[in-house]
Formats: sequence, structure tokens, C-alpha cells
Amino acid sequence: MQRGSREYALWSIGILLVLAFALVPVLWLISVSLKPPEAVTDGRFIPSEVSLDNYKSLFEGGIDDSPFIKPLINSIGIALITTVIAITLAAFTAYAIARLEFPGKRVILAGALAIAMFPPISTVGPLFDMWRALGLYDTWLGLIIPYLTFSLPLAIYVLVAFFREIPWELEQAAQVDGATPFQAFTKVIVPLAAPGVFTAAILVFIFAWNDFLFAISLTSSDASRTVPAALAFFTGESSFTQPTGSIAAAAVVVTVPIIVFVLFFQRRIVAGLTSGAVKG
Amino acid sequence: MAEIVLDGVTKVFGDGFEAVKEMDLDIGDGEFMILVGPSGCGKSTALRMIAGLEDISSGELKIGGEVVNERAPKDRDIAMVFQNYALYPHMTVRENMGFALKLAGVDKAEIDKKVEDAAATLDLTQHLDRRPANLSGGQRQRVAMGRAIVRDPKAFLMDEPLSNLDAKLRVQMRTEVARLQSRLGTTTVYVTHDQTEAMTLGDRVAVMRAGVLQQVGTPAELYETPRNLFVAGFIGSPAMNFMPAEIASGRLVLPIGEVEAGDGASGRGDGKVIAGLRPENFEDASIVGDDLKGERGLVFEAEVDLVESLGSDLFAYFHIESEGVESDQLADLAEDRIGETGAANLREGEEQVVARLDPTSKVKRGGRTELWADTSKLHLFDPESGERL
Repeated sequence: MQRGSREYALWSIGILLVLAFALVPVLWLISVSLKPPEAVTDGRFIPSEVSLDNYKSLFEGGIDDSPFIKPLINSIGIALITTVIAITLAAFTAYAIARLEFPGKRVILAGALAIAMFPPISTVGPLFDMWRALGLYDTWLGLIIPYLTFSLPLAIYVLVAFFREIPWELEQAAQVDGATPFQAFTKVIVPLAAPGVFTAAILVFIFAWNDFLFAISLTSSDASRTVPAALAFFTGESSFTQPTGSIAAAAVVVTVPIIVFVLFFQRRIVAGLTSGAVKG
Repeated sequence: MAEIVLDGVTKVFGDGFEAVKEMDLDIGDGEFMILVGPSGCGKSTALRMIAGLEDISSGELKIGGEVVNERAPKDRDIAMVFQNYALYPHMTVRENMGFALKLAGVDKAEIDKKVEDAAATLDLTQHLDRRPANLSGGQRQRVAMGRAIVRDPKAFLMDEPLSNLDAKLRVQMRTEVARLQSRLGTTTVYVTHDQTEAMTLGDRVAVMRAGVLQQVGTPAELYETPRNLFVAGFIGSPAMNFMPAEIASGRLVLPIGEVEAGDGASGRGDGKVIAGLRPENFEDASIVGDDLKGERGLVFEAEVDLVESLGSDLFAYFHIESEGVESDQLADLAEDRIGETGAANLREGEEQVVARLDPTSKVKRGGRTELWADTSKLHLFDPESGERL
């Protein structure tokens, strides 16, 4: 008993340390975002005076004049479209890889892995030239395409692993029950692979949402600039003040959708969803 | 409802392995046909070809008079019960059972009615809104059966549906399956490796070995006149005893004695044969009446190695001096047989024999006892081909 409570205490201390390590920067960010501009550099963890001015300044001037609203729309739109396309394509690809024997299967998997390993920075230069020639520079599509390139391999790998876990008999049962292969896929396989689909969706969304490299290189205006890139163009109230407060506020705001997204899908990532399908 | 006809159906896998060879089988309308054989004999592959889950390499498959070789499973109007049930875990029992009807576009009220009828039959009514994960093995098995019967298909295909249940439940479900099938009168093909299931369930039984159909017949036919060594050894528990024998000038010489050669052997010249005798064709000589002993059979003395008394029966294991019998067909069964008979460690030149004696017998382990063998029930086989003589 004594040993048990000692262990418990040690574990608690360990967990608290890790939590502090992970959360202090976030709390600091929130703290800075709540300070008025002149207090940003005071070094205090708990703001002596709380103001929401930084947040207000983000949305001031409506959609046309705010430095933040259009990038936020761009970010949400681009990340969502990327996620939907990537998951749809990856689901079909992964299903084929998990279930079928076809020539070139290994090449596809190896290729996907190679792309995932490829340093994105080395594609930026060529893409910049190509997109300008093709008229894709500074468009949503111009960002969605490279995001798909780098997120698809990841999504495919995650989904292949999940599809392989699903007993083949379930599909055969569906076929005997009168389902077309497509119905068997959508009504039986996809619902069962839901945890995998959501895991992949979260990963793809976060990748697209957080990307700075492509966003800063392949955009030039609010037409397609996403939040991470837009933050770099924030200006202070005068040319002598740092826009630290508003950057912090923007950083807090862009974190919110990620948290909502993860919390929303996390409920569906329940392990053991396939239990009870087959015995043994 | 329909008859199923296999005409020269063959399955060759991509790696060249021939799983089913030239299989001819007529399954009548409403018949309960069992495919039985040891694992790897091609019985499941044959079933999966009927279901449409495996392509047919050559030959023709007809369901209800129509050739269905090229039809997808969904267009064959058959229902299948899988060994591991393959229930949809994300659906309730009700949804599982109604899935096929929903796909077929049946209206909701009718689906509900059919599902509830089937659930009542299978005693699942109170579980309709639970998910498979929360059901016991027996309940899951019944849901799998329910999923098949709500559709009223042309045929049921069952792939070892009881093999995942524990022994007691298996016996219980076995009678339930038999009752269900006779009530519904739907053509059923049932795959099993368990000869007890085969014998108790089927109208007819098809025994397979290494992709080749060995014999098709009623359980009684298979038991009484097995066509070859394999069928003889596979059907019956404990298995038939085999011993080498010789025909010499009209007499049959067995390791346990000598008798007049019967009809089967009389047409054949002198030479070696394999003789088979079922355990129940032995008896404790002291129990058998003298007139019966005088009329037929053979009395011999043997040392009893082991006695198992089950109350209703008494199994005596003894050994005979013999070189044993060698046959590919029996080698295929060897593993099963050892498992079943618990063969003792025998010395070279000894062969174990199991006798099923009357429970009143007083035979004792280790003692020498007089036994009587009913030699009119002998089965004789050709040692080369394994065919029945």
C-alpha cells in the first residue's frame, strides 16, 4: 500500500512536469495575447491588465481591411478541401492495396514512401516557376496540389493498415447479401475503418493547416495566403512597434480549429470497433 | 428453392494448386448436402465456388437450372453462414439480419416483419437492438443463421458454422440447424470436417479428399458400404480398424484367425487385401451366445491394453501381431486417427485395434481376454488402389 501511494506520487509529479513543459508556452502565448501593447515586454506571466484589443484588432475593418479574416477563410477552405480530396483518394487507393493483387503494387507503396520522405523545400523552386507559367500561382489550387502530394502518402499508409485489419469475410458476407463491391465498400468497410479514416483526416488537416513553407512561397496576396503566412506580414500600430500582441492573438485563434477538429473526431477514434465481427 | 448441379467443376489457384478436381455433384431441391473431409481437402473451396466467392476454373455450376459460373455472388440468390460468422460489428442484430433485404430495396415494414419472424424462430427477439460485440458465441452464431434465413434464398451455404462453439453448444445448435432446415425445406450445402456432424445432419454426405470427391451417399450408405479405405476410415467414431489380410485358396487369413472368404473376395484370386472391421463388430466372447458364435464370426484371444468405460459403451483397446497396413489414403487420416483413438505406444509389428463392447463386459486392462469378431461385417479393400472389393 505504501509503495503504491509512493509510486502514485512519483507518477503524478512526472505527469505534472510533462504537462508544464508542454503547456507553459501555450499559456504564455495566451498571456501575451491578452496584454495591451505596452505591457507585452513586461515579462510577467499573469498579465496585470487584461485586454481583448489584440483580438479586436485582428477582426477590425471587416473582411476587406482585416489582415486576418481572409487568410483565416483561405486556411479553412484549403485545409478542408485538401482533407476531403486526400481522404477520398487515399481510401480508394488503400483499399485496392489492402485487398487486391495487382502488378505495380509494391511500386506504388515504395513511391508513396519516397514522396513522404522527400524534402518539400526542394520542390518549392520548380513549383514556383511552374505555377507562374500555368497561372496557379497565388490560387487555392496552387496550394492544394502540393498539400495533396505530401499528405496522400501518409493517408494511404494509415488507411492500408486499417483496411488490412478488417476481416475479408465481412466483405464477402456483404457480397453474398447482395451488395455490389462499391456498396460493400461504402456500407461495411468504410464504417469499420472509420477510426482510421478519421485519424488520417486529422493528420492531413493538421499538415495543411500548419504548413508555412508552401504558403509563404506560392502566394502573394490575400487571395490565397493562409494564416501561417499571413502572420509574417502582420504590422504593428506604427513602424516602430512590434506586432507581437496581435501575432499571439492570431496564433491562439488558429489553434482553436485544430483543437475543435481533433476533439470532434477523437470521439470516433474508438479502438475495438471491429470487435464482435468475427470470432477468434 | 432450387437444385444445385456441379458438372466437372475444377478450381486451380494462381500458383497451380488444384484445390478441387472435376467435381460432379447433384444436390436436389430441398436437400441437406454435407461436404466433409479433412482440412485442405477442397470442401470449403467447393462451397465458395458455389457462393461465387471463388472463380470456377473449368466446369459448369447450375443453380435452379441456370448456369451461374459468371454471376456475381449477389446475383446468385444464395445465403451463406461463415465459420467466423462475419457479422457487421457496426450494425445491431436487427440491421445485420435486415441488411440483405435493405440492399434489395424491400420496404421497411416488411423488413421489420421478416426480421422479427426470424428472430422469434431463433430466440433472438430480446437481442434485436444489441450489437454483435455484446452477444455470446451461440447468440452470434444464431444471428449469422438469422441473416441467412430472413432472405428466403434459393440455397443456404454453411461453412463450418458450428466449429467455433464449445462442445455442448455445438450439439445443441446441431439439432437446431437440422430442425430449421427441415422446417424451411431450403436446399442446403454444409461444409464440415466433423464426421459426427456429417452423419447426423445430412440427407446425403459427400466425402472429399485432396480435391477429389470420394463418395456421395446417405450416411447409412457411407457407413455400411464405404467405397474405399479413405471413406471407411473417415466415417465412424472410433474409426474402423484396419488389418492386413490374405486370400489363400478361398479362405481369408486375418491376423486374428481364418475365415471363409465372403462374396467380395471370392471373385478375386489369391493375394493380399486390407480388411476393415468397425469397433462395434467386436464383442466380449463370454457375452456372445454360443449359437451365434457357432453360426459366424471368429473367436480369438487378445491382451487388453486399455479399457474406457462410458457407461453406455465400453471401449477396449488391444493389439494384434501385424505389420500394419500402408496406404496413402490412410496416411491422410493418420493424424485424426491418433487424436481419436489415443493410440498407445506400440512396439514394432503391433497394430492397435479398438473394440466397442457391451458395458456389462468384464474385460480388464492387462488381462488376456477372449473376443469375438463378427466377420460377416468385414470390409475388404484392395491394398493398391484402396477400392472396396
